Amino acid sequence: MDSMHDLGGMHGFGRIVPEPHEPVFHAPWEGRMFALTSAVPFAVPYGDDQFRPAIERMEPSHYLKSSYYEKWYEAVVRLLQERHVISAAELDSSVPLAQSHALAVRADAVLPAIFAGASQARPAAEVSRRFSSGDRVRTRATMGVGHNRLPRYARAKLGVVESVHGPFLVADRNSVGDHNPETLYTVRFTARELWGQTAVEGDSLSLDLWDSYLEHST
Amino acid sequence: MPHDHDHDAEESGVALRVKALERVLVAKGLVDPAALDVFVEAYQTKIGPRNGAKVVARAWSDPAYRARLLASATAAIGELGFSGLQGEHMVVVENTPETHNLVTCTLCSCYPWPVLGLPPVWYKSPAYRSRSVREPRKVLEEFGVVLPAGKKVRVWDSNADLRYMVLPERPSETAGWSEEQLAAIVTRDGMIGTALV
Repeated sequence: MDSMHDLGGMHGFGRIVPEPHEPVFHAPWEGRMFALTSAVPFAVPYGDDQFRPAIERMEPSHYLKSSYYEKWYEAVVRLLQERHVISAAELDSSVPLAQSHALAVRADAVLPAIFAGASQARPAAEVSRRFSSGDRVRTRATMGVGHNRLPRYARAKLGVVESVHGPFLVADRNSVGDHNPETLYTVRFTARELWGQTAVEGDSLSLDLWDSYLEHST
Repeated sequence: MPHDHDHDAEESGVALRVKALERVLVAKGLVDPAALDVFVEAYQTKIGPRNGAKVVARAWSDPAYRARLLASATAAIGELGFSGLQGEHMVVVENTPETHNLVTCTLCSCYPWPVLGLPPVWYKSPAYRSRSVREPRKVLEEFGVVLPAGKKVRVWDSNADLRYMVLPERPSETAGWSEEQLAAIVTRDGMIGTALV
């Protein structure tokens, strides 16, 4: 999806403004939204690869005007409404709420789940591995309307495979329920390949790219 | 009477909408408020950049650990008890006299939670996401990082499953320091690459 979230290389956003002594959450609602987003997938199965496209589908001006956890609110509500788990009427607090079976993650299960993580590696899968370290590759030029992880600034660019990481679920396909993994590679590009001759010679950038994002280049 | 004070953040629209969302999800049995408390507390008190600082201090003190960290970061970080969400596949990249590393996520906010906690607002901002890949040297200058002539910049845009942490160069004046003393000088920004240590 070539939407507002794909910000790499855009001009006009101005200076970066670090905040001294920044708190983890700037208000209690941010912590609650972080926790809700983290807890809901235990009861309503969706993962990062559904959550992120739900953010990316925000209308671009709304995306830019929203704070980080406002985007999380928008995405969680969208995912739950699309799955008919909640309705807009229910979010109006005047409507009485029916009780249903408790599916919630228990408090004592939270820390073990955090420390266990949720790897998308599928090391036992037998997948094609078309490239090896040192291979010269060209990235795809277009990616279609679905979720993907190839930023626009790195499309149709020449790079070199630097390392091979084995099979991982492909975010694009996982977002629509296809759990076939592909080999993931770290690909390194020169800054000049990405940004032209004004970039400093010797500077470089790396991305992690799946097998189907790449073609051999001579 | 005129309303001349700032609205309390908890009275603002989004705070109320989040409260309503929590109420609906609790009523449906989909979340437990006590579990939400654990998530918030974990990232406020247990999981943050002091973890990463301990990793760096160990790597500066123990050459065998440093080698393991650079070769198999997830396992080496796990040796110190740090693991989990958004750190399942860690890569540690080392700053050297020849190369300075800078970590970013242009598409969203990917960040190594087990060692650095949740990312600061600036890391998630359109300004950092747009500029870090295209003009990393200007970004570094704004952060006060002046690189010696000839040092190369390498940017890591964490767009997929790997999460990156920078191993800063050890300051020369720290010879003989304990791990605790070393950890105390390691900053979050030093492990993102927007600061030197």
